[in-house]
Amino acid sequence: MSSWVAFQTIVMKDMKTYYLKPPNISWGLVFPFAWMLMFYLRSQTPLDIRELLPGVISMSILFGTTSMLAVTITFERRSRSFERLLLAPLELSILMLAKTGGAILFGMINAFVPILAAVFLVDLSNVVWPAVIGSILLIATTSTFLGLFISIAVHEVFEAQTFSNFFRFPMLFLCGLFIPITVLPAFLRPLSFALPLTYGADILKAAINRNGILPLWVSFPALLLFATGLFLFSLRNIRRKWVL
Amino acid sequence: MELLKADNLVKHFDEVTAVDRVSFSVHRGEIFGFLGPNGAGKTTTINLLTGLARLTSGSVFIEGKEYSTKPKGAQAMMGVVPDESNLYDELDGIENLKFCAALYGIERRKREQRAKELLDQFGLAEAGRRLFRTYSKGMKRKLTIAAGIIHKPKILFLDEPTTGIDVASARQIRALIRELNQGGATVFLTTHYIEEAERLCHRIAFIVGGRLVRIGSLEELMKEHQQETVIELVVEAMGSETAEFLKRRFPPYVIHLSDERKLRVVSDGSIAIRPLLEALAEVSVTVTEAKLIRPTLEEVFVRVTGIESGLMRQEREGKKK
Repeated sequence: MSSWVAFQTIVMKDMKTYYLKPPNISWGLVFPFAWMLMFYLRSQTPLDIRELLPGVISMSILFGTTSMLAVTITFERRSRSFERLLLAPLELSILMLAKTGGAILFGMINAFVPILAAVFLVDLSNVVWPAVIGSILLIATTSTFLGLFISIAVHEVFEAQTFSNFFRFPMLFLCGLFIPITVLPAFLRPLSFALPLTYGADILKAAINRNGILPLWVSFPALLLFATGLFLFSLRNIRRKWVL
Repeated sequence: MELLKADNLVKHFDEVTAVDRVSFSVHRGEIFGFLGPNGAGKTTTINLLTGLARLTSGSVFIEGKEYSTKPKGAQAMMGVVPDESNLYDELDGIENLKFCAALYGIERRKREQRAKELLDQFGLAEAGRRLFRTYSKGMKRKLTIAAGIIHKPKILFLDEPTTGIDVASARQIRALIRELNQGGATVFLTTHYIEEAERLCHRIAFIVGGRLVRIGSLEELMKEHQQETVIELVVEAMGSETAEFLKRRFPPYVIHLSDERKLRVVSDGSIAIRPLLEALAEVSVTVTEAKLIRPTLEEVFVRVTGIESGLMRQEREGKKK
């Protein structure tokens, strides 16, 4: 019960002090909207928008979560307010789930901006919504945990930003959203399947356009495995690096 | 009655030994002071006791139960106030306190009530709705202490609570610490202000280079150095030849000139004052004052650790800047 009180309070505080600040709200709205608009202007038919939707959703989540979480945690570590959390009688796993909870929610909210825009532009009646929502949750979780992993590796806020890009851009180009995995050079294909976004994007493609290359029973567990692995690896690193 | 026991604490950072076989106990209801210069291992010891750092070896007991490898179990009993105010700039005073209360699982209604109580007690009631970032350094430190006791811990760790703040705020904070202690709180306080340790602490440990070099109550620490008698004679004027003359006349005494008007006579036993006065009269030196010098904690610290108190003062002034 007392852990739940602390968990809730940490998530609410982070939402209030970081994620729901006007600059972040505008980032969350403007970024996906700008991408949608750009692709809309480029596309010739409504079908193109549906084709592009999985990519824009994935990017909105990826960019909204990784660096946001890495930056907020690095900032709190620099100001030593994170010590306050480490000193609370909360298990480290619960504490880190609370710290990442706000970013996961923020990522999910970001994902619905392009979906809402698309509702007005194309017919989305035959979309498999449970799969879309499930994949949004798992992409947001995996990307946030990637941000957590990054925050443990860096010391300064600017490093958190730059280091995030080191993971994000290769992921975007190799996950099959813009360049199909089947046309990638053979030596890069295994790398694609080593990236969590590949599975998340494939679920979205399958659920929105029915053109995924992997069955859902492979992609969902794979994403879940990535999320769990990143979280456990981050916890291990926190214990090693932050509790000296 | 023993509340906290540290047994043979050791902490290595690679090749450096930050804390070296440190053992002590903190009794219930006391203010226990950890006195030492920067880098002595004071903060590392607090981190080891509170679970912010891992022990290389040694044990920590609270109320007789060992928490060395599982400090999470003990953290609800502890309040920790670091040497820098580390609350959230984006939250106001009440929000900060309520947030800290929630971390300890205090229910919503009680959080608000406790936050207001503490703001009143710490003289911050009017600043309760102001953002933390707008507080002065002294106010920030007070609110950080309030956050440390929001859950009524059994032991409060204060790491250099008055470093870097103005004199008036430092006085208020010392008064608050005394008040908290009088209310029953057990306090573990680190400081490099010798006067602060002297004024506040019931028992004091000297830590230098990661090692505890002495531990005891103020009286116990003083007593060790009261075995010798020191008399200071204030004279109108005097040269070094007078001191030499006295040394020859009174070989059992150690005599040194503090300045051209002050002469210190030190002896393992008692000092007969009349012969001294007569000898000085012989060389036409008029004594205007004679007093028995009791050692201060500063003198005891200097003698025990070999560290000049001036160095501690310089360090703390450096830290203030």
